[in-house]
Amino acid sequence: MNFKQGIRDGIPIGLGYAAVSFAFGILAVDKDLTVSEAVLISLTNLTSAGQFAGLTIIAELGTLVEMALSQFIINLRYMLMAISLSQKVDDDFKGIWRWILGFAITDEIFAVAIQNPGKIKRNYFMGLTIIPIIGWTLGTLGGALLGNILPAIITNALGVALYGMFIAVVVPKARDDSHVFVAVCIAVAISVALKYIPVFADLSGGFAIIICTVVASLIAAVLFPVEVSEDEF
Amino acid sequence: MSFKIFLPYLLVMAIVTYLIRAIPLVLVKHKIKNKFFNSFLYYIPYTVLAAMTIPAIFTATGNLISAIAGLAVAIVLAYQRKSLIVVAVGACAAVFIIEGIITLI
Repeated sequence: MNFKQGIRDGIPIGLGYAAVSFAFGILAVDKDLTVSEAVLISLTNLTSAGQFAGLTIIAELGTLVEMALSQFIINLRYMLMAISLSQKVDDDFKGIWRWILGFAITDEIFAVAIQNPGKIKRNYFMGLTIIPIIGWTLGTLGGALLGNILPAIITNALGVALYGMFIAVVVPKARDDSHVFVAVCIAVAISVALKYIPVFADLSGGFAIIICTVVASLIAAVLFPVEVSEDEF
Repeated sequence: MSFKIFLPYLLVMAIVTYLIRAIPLVLVKHKIKNKFFNSFLYYIPYTVLAAMTIPAIFTATGNLISAIAGLAVAIVLAYQRKSLIVVAVGACAAVFIIEGIITLI
């Protein structure tokens, strides 16, 4: 489990990220961000759902409190992954390295790292993060540069790429775990209600996501508490 | 967008996202035992992604029909446990094909 092995394991993640972040780049420019602003977001955030929600808030000129809250809620899952990782890393993975490599915890990088038998070595994790970071950043650059040039049919098609990635995470889990399926249905029902019931018309996109997530997760946690082994994520 | 307006958003976004990842990795030495809190965290990835997808996906393409096609293809592929990239590309292809057909009609 050395640096090279990490690089190898990171390649498929990086390719997937490039495709999805291309769509993010297109969307960012469409919301009037500059190319460099779009790339800066990807380089400093390295997360799909959070960036997507953040983009909506920037475009709506939402408040910074809303931005902080939505990023906190949407990215709360990383907290659990980080806790889980902290139990499984090797002795050389400490001090400043935790501060540095913590940046690169994503759903996919975590999933690959945690599946490895034995302790996670610092150099392996470092290698694992490099291609995904490059893929995520360059994909965004490509989308931001080409977004205005590509015909509408292409950009429309790429508009669902991010959602495809979300669906790829949610559906298999909901298939296996009926409690997750119920939680997801509740979240979708609230999301649709907030969007189409006129009373909620003034509610911004960021807060709508926070409400859906917190309410649906709380209901599910009350109805179906789980014995979470933190390795499951 | 002017960089002066953009910068505070970027900083808040990046710092919050970074601290959520780094602080637990640096500070947590023991497993969290609170069952309710663990359950709440367990459901979050799925509820947040589902809420972000629906209904937003319905307005993400040129028209409602192609969006529904993209959603349907993504769900079927994901149900068959296809990889992230296959599901994303499949959804895009479905939208592309449906919009192509609509343009031709």
